[in-house]
Amino acid sequence: MSDAASIHNLVDHFFRHQSGKLVAVMTRVFGLHNLELVEDVVQAALVQALEAWKIHGVPEDPAAWMYRVARNKALDVIRHRAVGDRLNPEWTRLVGRDEGSDPLSRLFLSHEIADSQLRMIFTCCHPQLPEESQIALTLKALCGFSTHEIARALLTTEANVKKRITRAKRKFIDEEIEFEVPSGDALKARLGSVHTVLYLLFNEGYSSSQPNELIRRDLCEEAVRLCLLLFDHPASTNPETAALLALMLLHASRFDARLDESSNILLLEEQDRGRWNQNLIERGIYYLNESASGDHISRYHLEAAIAAHHSIAAGFADTNWAAILLLYDDLVQIHPSPIHELNRSIAVAQVSGPDAGIAAIQQIKELENLEDYHLLHATLGEFHRRAGRADEARRCFRRAMECTVSVSEQRLLERKLHDCDVLAQTAKK
Amino acid sequence: MSNFMFLFRGGETPTSPERMQAQMQKWMNWIQELRNDGKYIAGDPLQGSGKVLRSPNKVITDGPFAEGKEIVGGYFLVRAETIDEAANMAKDCPIFEGGGSVEVRPVQVINP
Repeated sequence: MSDAASIHNLVDHFFRHQSGKLVAVMTRVFGLHNLELVEDVVQAALVQALEAWKIHGVPEDPAAWMYRVARNKALDVIRHRAVGDRLNPEWTRLVGRDEGSDPLSRLFLSHEIADSQLRMIFTCCHPQLPEESQIALTLKALCGFSTHEIARALLTTEANVKKRITRAKRKFIDEEIEFEVPSGDALKARLGSVHTVLYLLFNEGYSSSQPNELIRRDLCEEAVRLCLLLFDHPASTNPETAALLALMLLHASRFDARLDESSNILLLEEQDRGRWNQNLIERGIYYLNESASGDHISRYHLEAAIAAHHSIAAGFADTNWAAILLLYDDLVQIHPSPIHELNRSIAVAQVSGPDAGIAAIQQIKELENLEDYHLLHATLGEFHRRAGRADEARRCFRRAMECTVSVSEQRLLERKLHDCDVLAQTAKK
Repeated sequence: MSNFMFLFRGGETPTSPERMQAQMQKWMNWIQELRNDGKYIAGDPLQGSGKVLRSPNKVITDGPFAEGKEIVGGYFLVRAETIDEAANMAKDCPIFEGGGSVEVRPVQVINP
């Protein structure tokens, strides 16, 4: 082992991200219908790296090392197994006839890897797949998560994850889905579902239902990483992609400030804004500016703009709530959703007082869909508390507690109930 | 100081890339400790298969030669005062987390 190798450490998630790259590259060689074989080849390459490096140290260029191993394993499969006729014809021809040329190596050039990964993103988000399969497959094929890790991340069972992935693989074969980036109108439509999947992936990590902080961070980072990949590729870079990226980065900037030392949730008004990640905010604003072109305003544009207003405000009270309210007005127009309307009510209350906030909630269309949503009752409770109605507030917070199993949410609501007690006592005096 | 060889057998190979990296990091940390103490000399991984030749006919057969657990996966050459010290050094090897074993053998000195 050389000294250089011994001090060389791998970047975080190196194996996981290499797994994502190799699966994409190998799928180009073996085809989507051979996804199982692809996974075996990639697994074998990763194991070889592990077994060699743990005893010998990490080589100077670990990625290149792994690519060589993967390439050799792929060639072994092509030469020794009878899959030749089911391979991509281009590779069969080149591998078989011309010893001098090396088409497989070409696939490991960085722009070809990016291209393969883009194909994989579009494939995992294929509209023929159910949403839950799209997310599970994205985590497996692109992010290198094991089924066990996916189950933990999505708060479901391993058997469920396997079912979702198997369903997707069967669809690829039954529908003869091509491993490609669609073009023309199809590209536009498919990009929409890619954005949705990445948005959901980010939300899985950002939502407080996931109790494990490390997993949450991982999911958010993966969503940002894939969105950057989209933005950097000519086929998928557009204002909407930039807006989605801005939205993720701006939210991610508050990640560290959202919990105190005892893992209690800190609300926006309680957060130490000095702990907001300025680098992420700057990058978020940069992509928000990049998104400001074309004639289409997406929900991501509006949500990113709202997040940006929070990011640049000196304090909670200094936030430009009037501007945020206008953005919410537009958002509920172009993307009607009771959740957006609920969030809008918070802006309404900041601009016109808690009773106006309650009135805004009462006007939500399909409010009954939110009946079991803890944040509806928590928001209502907060409005009542601010309006000085301790009993009403208490009732709402208790109802909210019935609607969530999240321990951190429960603790937050207990704190709110305590605020109600304080309010009631002050009123008595 | 004498030289000793560690022979690694068995152990668990994780299927999750993230766990693979975590396992590798443990090995790297362990090796780094041995190096910092000036006790590490060299090491190599061995491939999982090979050939075996047996007397008397020198017939060449393919490996693996034994149960998976019994295959030597790699070796280290280390420095220690005594066999006991060497054996103690091997106690921190991450291979034990996956049920593997380390055989510690003194390297025979040719000119005693």
